[in-house]
Amino acid sequence: MNDIPLYSIIMVLLYLMLMSYLVYRGYRTTHNTTDYLLAGRKTHPWVMALSYGATFISTSAIVGFGGVAGLFGMSLLWLTFCNIFVGIFIAFVVFGGRTRQMGHRLDAHTFPEFLGRRFDSRFIQVFAGLVIFLFIPLYAAAVLIGACEFIATKFGLTYNVALFLFSSIIAVYVVAGGLKGVMYADALQGAIMFVGMLILLVVGYVKIGGIVEGHRTLTGLADLVPENLQAMGHRGWTAMPAFGWGDPQYNLWWIVVSTITLGVGIGVLAQPQLVVRFMTVRSRKELNRATLVGGLFILVMTGVAFTIGSLSNAFFTEHGEPFHGRVVEMTDPQRHHAVVALAEFDESTQTWRELQTDDGGRRKINLVLDPEMPYLADAAVAGPGGEPFPVARGRAISIVYAQGNPDQIIPLYITAAMPTWFGLIFLLTLLAAAMSTLSSQFHALGSSIGRDVYEQCVRGSVRRGASPTRVGIVIGIVIAVVISYHARGDYIIARATAIFFGLCASTFLPAFVGGLFFRRISKAAVIASMVGGFLATAFWLVLVKAQEAQIFGLAERLTGGKPSILADYPNWAVVDPLLIALPISTVILIAVSLLGKAPDREHLRKCFAD
Amino acid sequence: MLGIADPWVAAAYILCLLSALLCIVYGAVNWNRGEEPPGAEDRHWAEEEDKFEEEL
Repeated sequence: MNDIPLYSIIMVLLYLMLMSYLVYRGYRTTHNTTDYLLAGRKTHPWVMALSYGATFISTSAIVGFGGVAGLFGMSLLWLTFCNIFVGIFIAFVVFGGRTRQMGHRLDAHTFPEFLGRRFDSRFIQVFAGLVIFLFIPLYAAAVLIGACEFIATKFGLTYNVALFLFSSIIAVYVVAGGLKGVMYADALQGAIMFVGMLILLVVGYVKIGGIVEGHRTLTGLADLVPENLQAMGHRGWTAMPAFGWGDPQYNLWWIVVSTITLGVGIGVLAQPQLVVRFMTVRSRKELNRATLVGGLFILVMTGVAFTIGSLSNAFFTEHGEPFHGRVVEMTDPQRHHAVVALAEFDESTQTWRELQTDDGGRRKINLVLDPEMPYLADAAVAGPGGEPFPVARGRAISIVYAQGNPDQIIPLYITAAMPTWFGLIFLLTLLAAAMSTLSSQFHALGSSIGRDVYEQCVRGSVRRGASPTRVGIVIGIVIAVVISYHARGDYIIARATAIFFGLCASTFLPAFVGGLFFRRISKAAVIASMVGGFLATAFWLVLVKAQEAQIFGLAERLTGGKPSILADYPNWAVVDPLLIALPISTVILIAVSLLGKAPDREHLRKCFAD
Repeated sequence: MLGIADPWVAAAYILCLLSALLCIVYGAVNWNRGEEPPGAEDRHWAEEEDKFEEEL
């Protein structure tokens, strides 16, 4: 384990004591929703917005998507734009007030219940509850993996030990009643995240010479992009991937835009754990105020994570641990870029030995040679039995240090670039971010299975859904931990998040928008739209989108070994299900509504308060 | 622009700042607008929410 100085331990203890005090104070002063909503208790808008932000932003966004930015580059800032414009501005200004009013009128307390009561359908509520119950563990796993990757790197533990420790903390937290969010504690977590990310931004830019200089350095690294990513259309960390259709060289553009940007950027509007938050708001005034804080908060969260994730490449090529080897080719002599066959020093023979790949070839990587000392001073040494060669010294891009796992990039960057005390604060911040998001996820999961599925299916019975809720939450935690244990690498955090967000968008978003704004939308249309959106997403994930389809193996069986049933048609296998399923569910909603019977006027009056 | 060669990425960088600015301006302009005194529906909803939370 890494050595931790005494002052760091004292800071951590002070932080934990402050958190404990705020949680205690929160329990003392915020009795319940009735008090908050009706008794005129004042909650500062910064407190509300920061607690919302802490729930919204998790380790998935900072570690997972930040790492993807380290791999793919600053094109991910389109997602930050969507996070702010769609996830905050549109969500708060357009959706928030209406959701709150209609939710209160219909006495809805969960997202499935909102949809079910708006369209007067038990099926809709149960179906939506089941979808959330079955798939939110995937998103929870993304948050878990993000936290565990950081814990493992920070304390020098193996990933599995970190997973065991963190899962145990979560289990204790849930058993101890941690599902009830405490606004002051959430807000403090949000404030620390805000300050932590600001420090990260400033130090990150200073370390590489400032904003413009840092971006220029990053632009100049474009030729270091690994060959496999270049083949997908990666053109450097400050450039969009190559755009087009019908050729594998456009794959990365479709991944960045359809999965990363649109899947998550749009899907946020139909997130069950965020939609219910609008209903707990006292008035539109609070939403207006939260818009100000929320926009700034998200900019500093994902904006910084994606920018610093990308810039980590500039940092590591200047300050990373050096690699050594024999220069095979100088690819850009002016910038000291070279292809180097890696070598290691053999203590026993006192010579340098070239490393080999599994198939016996040379292990070659792109390096930026150290401008001060590109070759070791005593470089006139040779591999055993070989010619003497000058031993070059240089540094590589982030993904090389992360050993091919993008989820490791941010933890490694924090460890390498930031002071120890900041690493510890950042660790606590990430843990807090993970806990606040996980508690809202398990809250949504438990209420889905208890209130939306169990209670609806045993209607007429006096039994309430408390036990099924508890059992459901335990099952959900176990599933999330099992997924976290088995799924690592291939930017799984971002992919798992995108799958859940995309699934929610395709299944719920047309129905949600229709329910809020359009009276002509019918029950039958919503049922057809939700089922159609869900099935289209499932079809695409199981048979078409190669990375996910390979997990199920059905496409391989049907095609005789190919990863997707559309593997022979370039780009289709990387297109996100959202681009197919959301248009399908939207068209179904409109068509069935127009062709079918109009909704009952009396029910509409109740929903819209005419 | 800003050392970013690709205008599409530079545009994303600028749009992030502008969209945050939009949120800030909107929130500031409407800081005191939208007060809604709670009605019977809100009261009923809050009481039900407390029961629901208690069960959970």
